[in-house]
Amino acid sequence: MTKPIIGIRDLRKTFRSGEVDVHALRGVDLAVERGEFLAVVGPSGSGKSTLFHILGGLTPPTAGTVMIDGQDLMKMSDSDRTRLRKTSVGFVFQKYNLLPTLTVGDNIKIARDIAHVKGPLDKQFLEVLDALGITDKMDRKPRQLSGGEQQRVAIARSIVNHPAILLADEPTGNLDTENSTAVLGLLRDLNKRLGQTILMITHNPDAAAYADRVVHMRDGQLHAA
Amino acid sequence: MVYKLVWENLKHRPVRTLLSSLAIGLGVTMMLTLVGVGEGMLREQEARTRGVGADIIIRPSGSSVIGIAPPNINEKLVAWVLEQPHVAQSTGVVIYPLGGVSTVHGVDFEELTKMSGGFTFLSGRPFKDAQEAIIDEYFAKEKKLKAGSTVKILNRDWIVSGIFRGGKLTRMMLPKKILQDVTATTGKVSVIYVKLDDLSKSAEVITHLKKTLPDYPIYSMDELASQFSVNSVPELKTFIGVVISLSVLFGFLVVFLAMYTAILERTREIGILKALGAGQGYVLGILLRETILLAVIGSAFGIGMSYVTQWMIATFIPASMTQAIVYEWWPIASGITLGGALLGVFYPAIKASRQDALESLSYD
Ligand SMILES: Nc1ncnc2c1ncn2[C@@H]1O[C@H](COP(=O)(O)OP(=O)(O)OP(=O)(O)O)[C@@H](O)[C@H]1O
Ligand SMILES: [Mg+2]
Repeated sequence: MTKPIIGIRDLRKTFRSGEVDVHALRGVDLAVERGEFLAVVGPSGSGKSTLFHILGGLTPPTAGTVMIDGQDLMKMSDSDRTRLRKTSVGFVFQKYNLLPTLTVGDNIKIARDIAHVKGPLDKQFLEVLDALGITDKMDRKPRQLSGGEQQRVAIARSIVNHPAILLADEPTGNLDTENSTAVLGLLRDLNKRLGQTILMITHNPDAAAYADRVVHMRDGQLHAA
Repeated sequence: MVYKLVWENLKHRPVRTLLSSLAIGLGVTMMLTLVGVGEGMLREQEARTRGVGADIIIRPSGSSVIGIAPPNINEKLVAWVLEQPHVAQSTGVVIYPLGGVSTVHGVDFEELTKMSGGFTFLSGRPFKDAQEAIIDEYFAKEKKLKAGSTVKILNRDWIVSGIFRGGKLTRMMLPKKILQDVTATTGKVSVIYVKLDDLSKSAEVITHLKKTLPDYPIYSMDELASQFSVNSVPELKTFIGVVISLSVLFGFLVVFLAMYTAILERTREIGILKALGAGQGYVLGILLRETILLAVIGSAFGIGMSYVTQWMIATFIPASMTQAIVYEWWPIASGITLGGALLGVFYPAIKASRQDALESLSYD
């Protein structure tokens, strides 16, 4: 067995809001293999997003071990986490989070610009664009696109720099069934064709079924399905 | 790519962009107009003084280089000067203050004509030995006067006998004798203009005159002309300093407000950029470039508006003021404004760059 791309042991995250401590994660253990498509399900407030935010370097862990692609998150400074987001992680959010003033093409380009990637888009990515069906919408602004289209742009943007892991937090939460199916199909396609490691949060059992493996989050802890 | 984002952000809020750059530009216009008026009026005054055709100027003892010369030189001195070696002509002029910066000049028209190479009359004729005045076309335009109109000077009515082409001594001239009578300064003049038969003897003549008239400031025309600079008008320098400070403050406030509200509006955008891996420097860079762009657009507006003020001055108050376009001040004024703008963006930019990515993404 190869070394897992994500290795988490006894991960804890405590938020201090005012006088009370909120224990969002209470000892999470998880190993994700390279090329795996993992679904995380669980009730609201159970800590799913918090886990993703830690994995994506948006917030530091409180205690435990978190290894991503050989990097120890516990030891990371703010600027280390910035570099992690830039090079190792791609995010897809429920609310698309495209930059509203930029066109589709520029939304993708700015992700490259931030990561200092120059030159033309690689062939593999162009194929992905084709598969996402947004090649002819490069000059549009986000608000001129449907929710499904916007989410596909967000997916394209999240993988343009070839991150080690793609974190998708309820990517179909705002989409109707038809668009959800399309987006989930695309994620599975990315996973199968490019071997992209994907972690996806979802509330929907049908969506979770697209993944290779499903884990449950409950009260800040993970349980196998 | 960052420039594209910056540009799209500016386009996204056109009214904000327009108003902030106009406000920034106002500071630039204030500076350019003030410097331009100072420069324009000094150049104008220099040109008119040169227009007299004199080579040497004698001013009353105790008077400064520029500024009002009180009529306290004995007129007999004019004739004495004429007898000195190499002096071809001399003429005395009475300058009488009318309050504020405006003055009226009493001249000997024949002598002045000879020294200056002649007047061109656009309408009317020279004054006679009567209560008559001649004015230049700028004064005529500003005061809406024609040949035959009446002007009130020193509580008396004077008939405008003619309008001459400007660039000679001053804008309004009266017969010297009459002005001396009216102001009880008979036998006195304010300035003596001297023309030489050989310009190369200028220094020699000045040395000679100074020996006999030690208390009198005596200058060659070139010396005098070099004194027509902002540096010799301390009030103007102070005023320019005040306007520069105001412009910096202006740029600071406008940009502070504009950028502060911009980052509040763009919390989510900043969060997205951070989630994509943008560091503090990247976010800082975006806001700095936006500010620089605003300042550049503002400066362009400001320079454009300085042409508008120039036109307005030339159209409505051509005799009271002249505004030059001082190109050297374009980069200075723009730079000063940019300085204020960068001070203004400092706090908003630091705040934005330190903003927590998560907080703004979970913003609803
Ligand atoms: N910044 C924060 N400050 C304080 N408490 C927080 C913060 N973020 C999350 N929490 C708390 O941590 C717990 C886990 O939140 P989290 O967002 O991870 O849940 P979730 O499983 O993603 O829920 P949902 O399915 O509704 O998205 C919740 O109790 C939440 O209120
Ligand atoms: Mg969540």
